[in-house]
Amino acid sequence: MLEIKDICFERDHKKILDHINLVLDEEKFYVITGPNGSGKSTLAKIIMGITKPDSGQILLNGEDITSLSVDERAKKGIGFAFQQPVRFKGLTVYDLLKISVNKEISKKEACSILAKVGLCAREYVDREVNASLSGGELKRIEIATVMARNPKVAIFDEPEAGIDLWSFQNLTEVFKDLEELNKGITLVISHQERILEIADEIILLEKGKIKQIGEKEEMFKLLFEEPKCCRKEGGCCERDR
Amino acid sequence: MNETDKNLLKEISEETSKAPDAYNIRKNGKSVDRKTNPFIDIVPKEDNKGIDVYVKENTLLGIVHIPVILTESGLKDVVYNDFHIGKNSNVIILAGCGVHNDEHKDTEHDGIHRFYLEENAKVKYVEKHYGEGNGKKILNPVTEIFMKKGSNMTMDTTQIKGVDDTLRETKAVLEENTTLVINEKILTNETQNAKTVFEVELNGKNASTHVTSRSVATENSSQEFVSNIVGNAECYAHVECDAIIKDKGLVKAIPEIYAKNPDANLIHEAAIGKIAGEQLMKLMSLGLSEKEAEDVIIRGFLK
Repeated sequence: MLEIKDICFERDHKKILDHINLVLDEEKFYVITGPNGSGKSTLAKIIMGITKPDSGQILLNGEDITSLSVDERAKKGIGFAFQQPVRFKGLTVYDLLKISVNKEISKKEACSILAKVGLCAREYVDREVNASLSGGELKRIEIATVMARNPKVAIFDEPEAGIDLWSFQNLTEVFKDLEELNKGITLVISHQERILEIADEIILLEKGKIKQIGEKEEMFKLLFEEPKCCRKEGGCCERDR
Repeated sequence: MNETDKNLLKEISEETSKAPDAYNIRKNGKSVDRKTNPFIDIVPKEDNKGIDVYVKENTLLGIVHIPVILTESGLKDVVYNDFHIGKNSNVIILAGCGVHNDEHKDTEHDGIHRFYLEENAKVKYVEKHYGEGNGKKILNPVTEIFMKKGSNMTMDTTQIKGVDDTLRETKAVLEENTTLVINEKILTNETQNAKTVFEVELNGKNASTHVTSRSVATENSSQEFVSNIVGNAECYAHVECDAIIKDKGLVKAIPEIYAKNPDANLIHEAAIGKIAGEQLMKLMSLGLSEKEAEDVIIRGFLK
């Protein structure tokens, strides 16, 4: 269980996260959604330890991990797929996967990890994680490095960002598998309906606050049906006035 | 040969698919062992000032190993090695210098290597430099390359550890349809100094060169990279200088390209900076400490 208690984060006199409280359970697939600037990525980074909150606590299975560094949290079982996958000159996909699983693995084992994210592994395992790979390929490798660790909490920050629609359609299959297989907590930040459809619970963030949490059916009504007027040219929502 | 010698040789050697066809081992200014074969001859110069390596025309897949080791403190060894690579031949030349200096006197090795590639000759030249012990170790390698029509050369040069002061100069003159690829890797630490200078003249049509330098300067060390590529014909050149700086390390890059022919196509890139924060963060999110993450990034960068 991951508990987020009263997390606040402010920058330049703007409240990015304003008293966030959440409890996330094992074997559940959560999607955090909301407009740009609502604080989604900041919250994900705070859970991983990349960003330090101004106040509040994070508890993993009852243990306070708020003061732990990124690598200490990784060792406790938190994994994070970056929105912009990082490139490395000289490091191969195989090198990165070995670091992910923290042991020597054969190329065959590395290939089977890559196969889970739909990459034809033999072509990729010896390639460098650099600009020669496309955005979609880098994204899959990024996801593979997180899945390979079998984390208790797997966080994916906007997996759809920066890739083409065709690659994204394939990627949704990866998340469907993850939803079925992952025993831990999966937390995905996404705007995409296809990802939201997989969710057990959807968390809507707005202006740094949790606006609503609910199961898919009720949240879809809120997200996709209610603000119909917005779709009309020049129109706006009642509730936005 | 004692354990120190064997260790120095190991540090500067490269694994190859087969044993060398010819070799010359030089220790403290003298040849101590030599082997030749009917295709590759090694002839010592007068006064033990170096060797001439002759590779016959049409020699295929020859491997030549010419390591130099210095274990005598205070020695200044200057050596001239000339390589005459016959037409259509294809050889791998492994050179390197290992210095062990435990005393306060400076030990210095200045190796001047000249390559004469005849038409369509192909050479892969691998050079490693390594130093150990507390005394000062100075290496000043000079490489001069003369490439006739259709020849091809790759030069991999590495200096990873223990050299206190180095000035590395590489000069090349390329005729038509030639290709020269240079990959340089340097890591300096403590108060070491390294300067590398590349001067390449592209004189023939379709001459091309690709020079890549990857370097890491840590602690209080400093490095300077100078390249000067001149395009005198319809030719192509790409120079990349990529450096990571750490602690108080300093790197200066001066890439110069000069097109003297309207059809010359010359590119240079130079980038110097710290290890990117997001690279560290990514590896830390996979469970590595900051120090471990830095090591992985640097090792990969210089691989």
